[in-house]
Amino acid sequence: MRSLTLDSRGRPRIVVTGMGLVTSLGWGKSENWPRLIAGQSGIAHITRFPTDGLKTTIAGTIATPNGTAYSAYTHSLRIAESAADEAIQQAGIGTPGRFPGPLFIATPPSELEWPQLSRLYAHAEPAAGEGYRRLLAAARTRAFDELHHDVAFASIADAMQRRFGTHGEPLSLCTACASGASTIQLAMERLRRGEAEAALCVGTDATVHPEGLVRFSLLSALSTRNDPPEAASRPFSKSRDGFVIAEGAGAVVVETYEHARARGAKPLGVVMGAGEKADCYHRTRSKPDGSAIIGAITKALADADVTSNDIDHVNAHGTSTPENDKMEWLSLAHVLGPRKHAVPVTSNKSQIGHTLIAAGAVEAVIALMTMNEGVIPPTINHHEPDPEIHLDVVSNTARTAQVRSVLSNSFGFGGQNVCLVLAAEPW
Amino acid sequence: MDNPTQEVWVTGIGLLSCAGEGTAAHMGAFDQGVGPAHIDTQGFAPYPVHTLAAIDMSRQIAKKSDLRQMERWQHIGVYAAGLALEDAGIAHQAHLLAETHLIVAAGSGERDASVDAKVLEAIVARGDTELSAKEILPTALRPTLFLAQLSNLLAGNISIVHNVTASSRTFMGEEMAGLSAIENAVRRIAAGQAQIILVGGALNAERKDLLLGYELGCNLWPGDYAPVWQRHTAGGGLIPGSAGAFLVLEARAHAQERGARPYASVRAIATDRARRSEPGQIRRILQQLFRQVVPDLTPMPLAILSGASGTEPATQEERDFLNNLDTDGFTPAVRAFGSRLGHTVEAHFPLGIALAALALNRGALFPPSAGDIFEDAMTTQVERILVTGVGHWRGEGMALLERVDVGRAS
Repeated sequence: MRSLTLDSRGRPRIVVTGMGLVTSLGWGKSENWPRLIAGQSGIAHITRFPTDGLKTTIAGTIATPNGTAYSAYTHSLRIAESAADEAIQQAGIGTPGRFPGPLFIATPPSELEWPQLSRLYAHAEPAAGEGYRRLLAAARTRAFDELHHDVAFASIADAMQRRFGTHGEPLSLCTACASGASTIQLAMERLRRGEAEAALCVGTDATVHPEGLVRFSLLSALSTRNDPPEAASRPFSKSRDGFVIAEGAGAVVVETYEHARARGAKPLGVVMGAGEKADCYHRTRSKPDGSAIIGAITKALADADVTSNDIDHVNAHGTSTPENDKMEWLSLAHVLGPRKHAVPVTSNKSQIGHTLIAAGAVEAVIALMTMNEGVIPPTINHHEPDPEIHLDVVSNTARTAQVRSVLSNSFGFGGQNVCLVLAAEPW
Repeated sequence: MDNPTQEVWVTGIGLLSCAGEGTAAHMGAFDQGVGPAHIDTQGFAPYPVHTLAAIDMSRQIAKKSDLRQMERWQHIGVYAAGLALEDAGIAHQAHLLAETHLIVAAGSGERDASVDAKVLEAIVARGDTELSAKEILPTALRPTLFLAQLSNLLAGNISIVHNVTASSRTFMGEEMAGLSAIENAVRRIAAGQAQIILVGGALNAERKDLLLGYELGCNLWPGDYAPVWQRHTAGGGLIPGSAGAFLVLEARAHAQERGARPYASVRAIATDRARRSEPGQIRRILQQLFRQVVPDLTPMPLAILSGASGTEPATQEERDFLNNLDTDGFTPAVRAFGSRLGHTVEAHFPLGIALAALALNRGALFPPSAGDIFEDAMTTQVERILVTGVGHWRGEGMALLERVDVGRAS
């Protein structure tokens, strides 16, 4: 049953034919890749808004074009469009504005920010009432209807669908910090069902704003090691103290191998399988025995019909929080067994921070590039390894290696665990 | 290929709305044929809102610590999900829950309105927009509230409270979220990618921050109550309703093996997104969707549960589409369930599927809404029900449900 076009279960093989990337290291793969393998950091002091009084004052931001004001909606859309455009160009698929398949997109929360709320509030008379009564009175004047796209959850997906002309209803999803991986998983399932032959998967997040920072601070999730900023994100290190919030977008074009071959497109990698297991233990912590993370990895391997011996490299979730990195180590140790010290592991978050909703898609692109280029980007700031974590971390400098397959992990608040198995070639 | 066709059964229903709690309360409310239940016309004036019936949330959410870490949107959803699991006979069945997948259609959780009011007053008084970040928010915001705001935390709380853990996906996008959720569940089961899925959504409509979002799009109905079909002369608008609607969808073979009986079978589903830049586009999409889900039905009386919201032009275009079914030989008997329960946005399509399954199981549609001039009586036994979902802003979808002979005792 197994062939180039069908996997071992007779399902269509799914390949990636285009990739796009925007991170705090740059726009596009060509700006990102040299900086990734050079071990550079995209983390810096926040200049977008004053940070005095805040415990965390660093982030991995992407600059808005000169002279344009920041809004989460506009900026998340802007980087999503850039990544998708790059992926579609590389895939050479469809015609401009007509992508021949559906869109799966992970987007950050849609909400009004303080500058917008302040404008609304100032517009209505105090006599209209307090708080939201006054905001609603301002909204009824119809002077602010253009703000609707900031609060409609469908709006980024909607704008992307119009821009790229994807088929049917766009699927907008949120599985917290696993969202980017979920877009690829959902597209894979759809292609396996034979409902489409190509799909566009995008994860985007540009939510470095004051309230975003305050929220994660209140959960004690962020690193407060503000100086120097580039040394704050230190996954698997003894002194790690939290993640660094960051912006980014990742996009991939996936197709059935048959569809790609028929149109002469070059596969950049294979989506072998995906696995998912929800945790029911706690809103922000994993089950102490790691069973949900182990379950997600095990299901991904089973779906791909490979064993842990077939995994050459792990692109870790590796957030640099004390909790995540410990649990990820325990789970990987369980799954990899005797190979736990021998499989190179890296966390891109050491360099680009945690791109939250986008992370799974951004890191899938980097994992695919790792296989294409034969170089594993380093986990920087790994100078003082956590003595309880015995992984083969790709410490501080990039490592040349022939990588045929990657396990890409994504875990999120709310017990979301999604793992992808990606390969260089079908097997 | 993952595409054998398995029949998809509705084997569990959990409902919570202004009409009360559970399946019997909902059918009872609809059968009385009276007008809407529980409308608050004062608290959110000028907007009427369908308010949730009084519910003791601790009956489905036993731990106080769990209750405390959720806001009302999540309470409603977790409660309705628990009812659906109980109804399907899988609540507390560890081995079944571990293989039950979860799909939630979600918006986001509520903001703390009093904190926001305080921040806005301070910003206006001192003319400093950045003030909120450094002075007020770090002390006023509660970490638990942030967790209540995350869209995927309704799903997260369902996993924690009810132990549903096979997978967990949260879809976004107002009504499209509900359409996508049901479509994804049906297609995965039909293709053998999943055997049993808990799917649904929840809305807490009694929130001014939520109303603000809808008002910015000019979507709210600001007047006295009117059924959805009768609002167009005044420009249309939706009356939001608090509700939780969850379903257990299951492969027929899986249900039979564990001895579970269905309310109905989901025969077909299709969704799309009309551009809505020109008049008539919504209607054309609805006609295309109808041909996809009802490809070979001979003309006959057809019961339709419409998810019309009352906003325009969506509602008039749906009405034109429904009127046109007459000329194709169908005799539509339409019930817009939003006229009774309010528009429940993300939960609306799952709610329509649930009501259709209940009506099919007993073989009879419920009577038209009181005061409605569009809805006709239907006295024949109902064998199939078409459920429509037309987003107030975006998204269109349709599902066809069928009666199953081995249905549940009703």
